[in-house]
Amino acid sequence: MRIALTVNGARREVDDVWEGESLLYALRERMGLAGAKNACEQGECGSCTVYLDGLPVCSCLVAAGQAQDREVTTVEGLGGSSEDSGDEAELDPVQQAFVRCGAVQCGFCTPGLVVTTHDLIRRNPEPSDPEIREALAGNLCRCTGYEKILDAVRSAAAEVRS
Amino acid sequence: MTTTETSTRTSGGIGESPLRPDGRLKVTGRFAYSSDLWHEDMVWGVTLRSPHPHARIVAIDTTAALAVPGVDAVLTAADVPGRNATGLEHQDTPALADEVVRYEGEPVALVAADHPETARRAAARIVVTYEELPALTDPRRALDEDAPQVHAQGNLVREMHIRRGDPEPTAPVVVSLEFEVGMQDQAFLGPESGLAIPDGEGGLDLHVATQWLHVDQQQIQGVLGLGPEQVRLHLAGVGGAFGGREDLSMHVHASLLALHTGRPVKMSYSREESFFGHVHRHPAWLRYEFGADHDGRLRYASADILFDGGAYASSTGAVVGNGGTLGLGPYAIPNVRVDARGVYTNNPPCGAMRGFGCVQAAFAHEALMDELADRLGMDRVAIRALNGMREGDRNITGQVIDSAAPVAELIGIVRDLPLPAPRAEVDLRELPGGVSNTTHGEGVVRGVGYAVTYKNVGFSEGFDDYSTARVRLELTGGEPVATVHTAAAEVGQGLITVEQQICRTELGVERVVVHPKDTTVGSGGSTSASRQTYVTGGAVKAACEAVRTTVLARATELLGRTGLHLDGDKVVSATGEVVAGLAEVLADGGVEETVEWRHRPTHPIDPETGQGDAHVQYAFSAHRAVVDVDVELGLVKVVALDTAQDVGKAINPDAVVGQIHGGSAQGMGLALMEEIVVTDGHVRNPSFTDYLIPTILDMPPMQVEVLEYADPHAPYGVRGVGEPPTISSGPAVAAAVRAATGKALRRVPLRPEAITGV
Ligand code: FES
Ligand code: FES
Repeated sequence: MRIALTVNGARREVDDVWEGESLLYALRERMGLAGAKNACEQGECGSCTVYLDGLPVCSCLVAAGQAQDREVTTVEGLGGSSEDSGDEAELDPVQQAFVRCGAVQCGFCTPGLVVTTHDLIRRNPEPSDPEIREALAGNLCRCTGYEKILDAVRSAAAEVRS
Repeated sequence: MTTTETSTRTSGGIGESPLRPDGRLKVTGRFAYSSDLWHEDMVWGVTLRSPHPHARIVAIDTTAALAVPGVDAVLTAADVPGRNATGLEHQDTPALADEVVRYEGEPVALVAADHPETARRAAARIVVTYEELPALTDPRRALDEDAPQVHAQGNLVREMHIRRGDPEPTAPVVVSLEFEVGMQDQAFLGPESGLAIPDGEGGLDLHVATQWLHVDQQQIQGVLGLGPEQVRLHLAGVGGAFGGREDLSMHVHASLLALHTGRPVKMSYSREESFFGHVHRHPAWLRYEFGADHDGRLRYASADILFDGGAYASSTGAVVGNGGTLGLGPYAIPNVRVDARGVYTNNPPCGAMRGFGCVQAAFAHEALMDELADRLGMDRVAIRALNGMREGDRNITGQVIDSAAPVAELIGIVRDLPLPAPRAEVDLRELPGGVSNTTHGEGVVRGVGYAVTYKNVGFSEGFDDYSTARVRLELTGGEPVATVHTAAAEVGQGLITVEQQICRTELGVERVVVHPKDTTVGSGGSTSASRQTYVTGGAVKAACEAVRTTVLARATELLGRTGLHLDGDKVVSATGEVVAGLAEVLADGGVEETVEWRHRPTHPIDPETGQGDAHVQYAFSAHRAVVDVDVELGLVKVVALDTAQDVGKAINPDAVVGQIHGGSAQGMGLALMEEIVVTDGHVRNPSFTDYLIPTILDMPPMQVEVLEYADPHAPYGVRGVGEPPTISSGPAVAAAVRAATGKALRRVPLRPEAITGV
């Protein structure tokens, strides 16, 4: 089937999508947007988190067809993705904070965490630690023990507020 | 022009915490992990696996699978062109099962097709006729006369015996216990994946996430029947490893399919397949006894340790080596008996995971140390400080600990760190059970536990453990730029940052390019055993020194002066006068040096007594855990997990702390929740729904104290960092739960039913 949707602000049409394909698969394998990750493909890890009409979702749990005529924003759409620019300033404050605070090791969890954190700070610019933990509870990270991720979220929130 | 100003030190050198060079790519989603690779002509490979723990393959019929539209190839053992055998220590693992399957999940056949779903559906149409065989699933029976034989040579992979001092020691106070450790999974987030691209001349390029490119290359070329120059490996982005990528997974399968179809082949495991597709941490059964004087000083210790190696050897032999030589913990003990064994069973194969043989043993020796303290009415910290190794002591294999062994100091530090405040008000999110709203504080008891452990760094027992580094220094746009090329795998830990830092410090240049990791340079050895900063760091340092020597020789010739040295990017005379810039010396071309670097040799241990200088370095750490336990429901909330560790020299202090955080989380996971449940050889929980790893709600804040007692034998004094935190955190958590509940709790992970005793 063919699906048409808006991805990171641009209208996209994708052909030959098989009915069983997830939005995650369509983004990664058909649109060349491999930023959303595939650590479990069953809704348990959050590595595939993208915005769908402004709400964060696990894109592995959304059928590609369900995204018809809707708006998707992936980690690539948040900042820093223009190929020719190496300028730190172009990153979203959340992305900057993850780099600055050492919240990235292998980084496989990072795209999902960046989107989830972006959403949290939009909704709640001054989250308490328990609120951060609750908001990020669906995003697994195997490398960091989450301490520096908490640092990054606090730091990004402070940055956005200032 | 000459000046006498001393140049400013290059920033971003060792001891600082420059940011990782791949950070920007990773936060923008543009970093190419092995599962992100794509080629316009590629097809997808999938694996058909055995449903049985032990069976004879009577027949395989691939006709129906081949008939599925879109299928390019279906391969079985009959299609293996070379030697159908792989393995790290023993080549006992077929690339594809031939005649017999020895565990549930063993690869039997491969399919390549134009869509992963097509390939999966075709794989389901392969008809394999099995004749089930009796399965050996209890490792405690593996050495019985009548046990089913997993391999023709018998079920013993390795045994180790350590004997030291009085063979029949006695002591006025004797304590003993039995302990059991469940099977842990590395649970790296990036699935096993990669892309094999045939070169049209019979060879191929394999882009893959792995821990050791060269040992993969050796195994793959054997199976393919090719030479090393025909099998070129490239490190793709690695989404964590923790030991689980030391063995081959899809590497050889994608390669077989690529050569067979002549097309690029991508493979990427689902999470479920990942649980079957890599080795796990060995489950272990441990029986320990300590004898002590009334003042708490250990007189003797004995241990029997059994590791379930599963169906193939993987690194079981080395795990037995570690469990044996290090299995009594960081204590000075005059009289010792240790018997450690690893056996074959028809359970999932087990191999390397962070902490490697020491993790299992630490649960037992730390539980028993608490028991001894309690028996004597001694303080649990004091008894560890009393018996803790000191520099100059001999360990149980008779090796002198010839650098810092600050056991007493580490355990003292964690004891003195501030304790978390008692709960002032009830926030569900901070209670056991969390927002499940299972308690408002009633039935919740707090406990505190301690553990101290040690771990070898690098490969041991006489292994030729080395790394290779190539460093090039040249002018780019008029600026000196260094390029560092090693095959040592970056798996997330930050080795590439360390390589840059060392080049900056040694060569005085700001800009350091990390060459992609591949097999066009010599082996970097494995990214395991906490060894890369030490061994590959040592190789990079040595290569930089060689470059510097060449640069100075060139400067000597150019300037007609002797006694020169480099200070930052300046060439300086013996009197401190700047006589040239690095750029002037490099104007005629770059300088490149390649160095193979080895740490001090280690030695095999004596097969009868277990004595010998088996390890090159020891790393020590201590943890204190504070837990709240709902003793009615058996739910645990870790409130604090604080640690102290000696790292010798922190090359990148922020990355060191990051390793300690992440390692601590994995140890805590094993103590409380992580277990691959295997019944009758079948894995019951191959998903993140049923195999739980700590979330951000499970992890407490951590206080981390880093000591830097330089090891005089290691480059810059470094001591391996990655593994010790995974070893001491779990036993501290288990001890805290025991303290809260008063229960013995001799098995991890601690299940709610064990905590409540129902
Ligand atoms: S990949 Fe979607 S939640 Fe894990
Ligand atoms: S950084 Fe590796 S999983 Fe989070």
